[in-house]
Amino acid sequence: MKTSDASDDIAADGPAVPGPEAVADRSPRRHQARTKFGDRLFILLSRGSASLVVVVLGGVLVTLALGALPAFREFGPAFVWADRWSPAKDIFSAAAPIYGTLVTSAIAMVIAVPLSFGIAIFLTELCPAPLRRPIGVAIELLAGIPSIIYGLWGFFVLAPLMQSFVQPALIGTLGNLPGIGLLFRGAPYGVGMLTAGVVLAIMALPFITAVTRDVFATVPAMLRESAYGVGMTTWEVVRYIVIPYCRIGLVGGIMLGLGRALGETMAVTFVIGNSHRIAASLMAPATTISASIANEFTEATTPLYTASLIALGLILSAITFIVLGLAKWMIQRSKLH
Amino acid sequence: MSRLSRRRWTSRIAMILSMAATLFGLVILAAILWTLLSRGVAALSPNLFVLDTPPPGVAGGLANALYGSAVMTLLALAIAAPLGVMAGTALAEFSGRSRIAAAAGFLNDVLLSAPSIVIGLFVYTAMVVPMGHFSAWAGAMSLVVIALPVIVRTTQDMLQLVPGTLREAAMALGTPRWRAVVSVVWRAASNGLITGILLAYARVAGETAPLLFTALSNQYWTSDMNAPMASLPVVIFQFAMSPYDDWQRLAWAGALIITLTILVINIGARALGTSKHS
Repeated sequence: MKTSDASDDIAADGPAVPGPEAVADRSPRRHQARTKFGDRLFILLSRGSASLVVVVLGGVLVTLALGALPAFREFGPAFVWADRWSPAKDIFSAAAPIYGTLVTSAIAMVIAVPLSFGIAIFLTELCPAPLRRPIGVAIELLAGIPSIIYGLWGFFVLAPLMQSFVQPALIGTLGNLPGIGLLFRGAPYGVGMLTAGVVLAIMALPFITAVTRDVFATVPAMLRESAYGVGMTTWEVVRYIVIPYCRIGLVGGIMLGLGRALGETMAVTFVIGNSHRIAASLMAPATTISASIANEFTEATTPLYTASLIALGLILSAITFIVLGLAKWMIQRSKLH
Repeated sequence: MSRLSRRRWTSRIAMILSMAATLFGLVILAAILWTLLSRGVAALSPNLFVLDTPPPGVAGGLANALYGSAVMTLLALAIAAPLGVMAGTALAEFSGRSRIAAAAGFLNDVLLSAPSIVIGLFVYTAMVVPMGHFSAWAGAMSLVVIALPVIVRTTQDMLQLVPGTLREAAMALGTPRWRAVVSVVWRAASNGLITGILLAYARVAGETAPLLFTALSNQYWTSDMNAPMASLPVVIFQFAMSPYDDWQRLAWAGALIITLTILVINIGARALGTSKHS
């Protein structure tokens, strides 16, 4: 604020030589007044637009909170952790959708993080220069494909593949192990949390890759060269120099991808199976917060039903805003040093 | 095996894995495009652009959905572009190091990454409920909320790339500040600003979730902005999940149209963003 006021004054008092417009109306004083008015108006308009962004964000949170109020009033804070969803009896709670959201996003991260790191390592350390740009753009284009297309592809192409190959294989191998096996038992439905997680992984991949490449680029060339100079292999340079150097930025990139995955709607709605049940098996149909809203909102018949879905939306915003705030902060911090 | 050759093999395996990861990403992109082309091209026909969405079993097209998408996205952009560019200008040009501006920039990033379904809920409670009905206006508004932070972010980033000497030179000529911004700074960054707007368009063109309960959908052609309006993504959603073959074919055709449009805009925006100033 301070600096801009100071420069306002410069603009208003500064011109000792009258500009072309002033010559036209032959009065430097009037020209100054007009300049000052024009600047004030322009700055006011632009600052007004900037505050509009803040107002909209505030509006989103306030309307959601107000809309969710009836649900919290009826069910209390237990709405968040109770596991009952019965539109017929007008009883709702959020545990199943929250569980589905967290589990699918976790699966997505387990798959997407190593892949994204691999791609970023390939692009920064191995890729021949002429190929770097086309491959980079191709990976970024994955981020441009609309989520409904991922949903279609996931439902018609990926889910059948999962059902006939991947899931039976997992059930046959990991499913027999004690403990962890519980996650891989049951029938291969095709749709379910695992398939949703795979689709989310593909969608989060370009975001994590982009941030990873950016922070890899902040490693000083000198560090890298010295490491190669003392005889480190490419992998050792990445493992012991590059990754430790941009640790915080990498975590930020992962969180950014996680934020995307948590809030994703349409792609998940196609492949999640829509069942308000918490099942141990990752292959079981489930639901997520966003999928519940997308599927049920227009069918919500009672005010309490609508309020409960809005309350789900509020919880989702809270989760994503926290994750993304942390991500931003970490990426910022890693770029500073 | 000697220590050195073990280290070399570890490195080699790690690099092969990273290459495999890249290959995997490219294969997925190719697989998605291939699915769209193989299923979409077969369903393309001139009727798509002439006939409205049909009841099951009747010949039809996507004309009303294409029209609705075009109207709502262009209207959203017409509102969001000037607001976004002005807001980005405020953050880049008129703020210096002020804390308020830094906070506004951060909040803009928060809005940028808000789940789109939540934006839909917001516009539903703030606009659809008070108005008493679903409408194309509400659909367009939800797209404004999605496009706005994208344009603010790119505008701010692009303006910060304009060298300070250009601004100083304009000031030294006695140019008013607003004039310096409009004719010098914006002009120097014009490619970047257009890139931002194009990317925002690519983002809203495929948005489905916020339209589900704002614009809803409409089986018939309407140009009434106060009525529910069909849009390509919502029609794809409805038709793809239906059990009818002809509806599913229309969904694939729509998916192909929408994806190609978005990819072309994306690539065009990138080319523009990296080209030298003309």
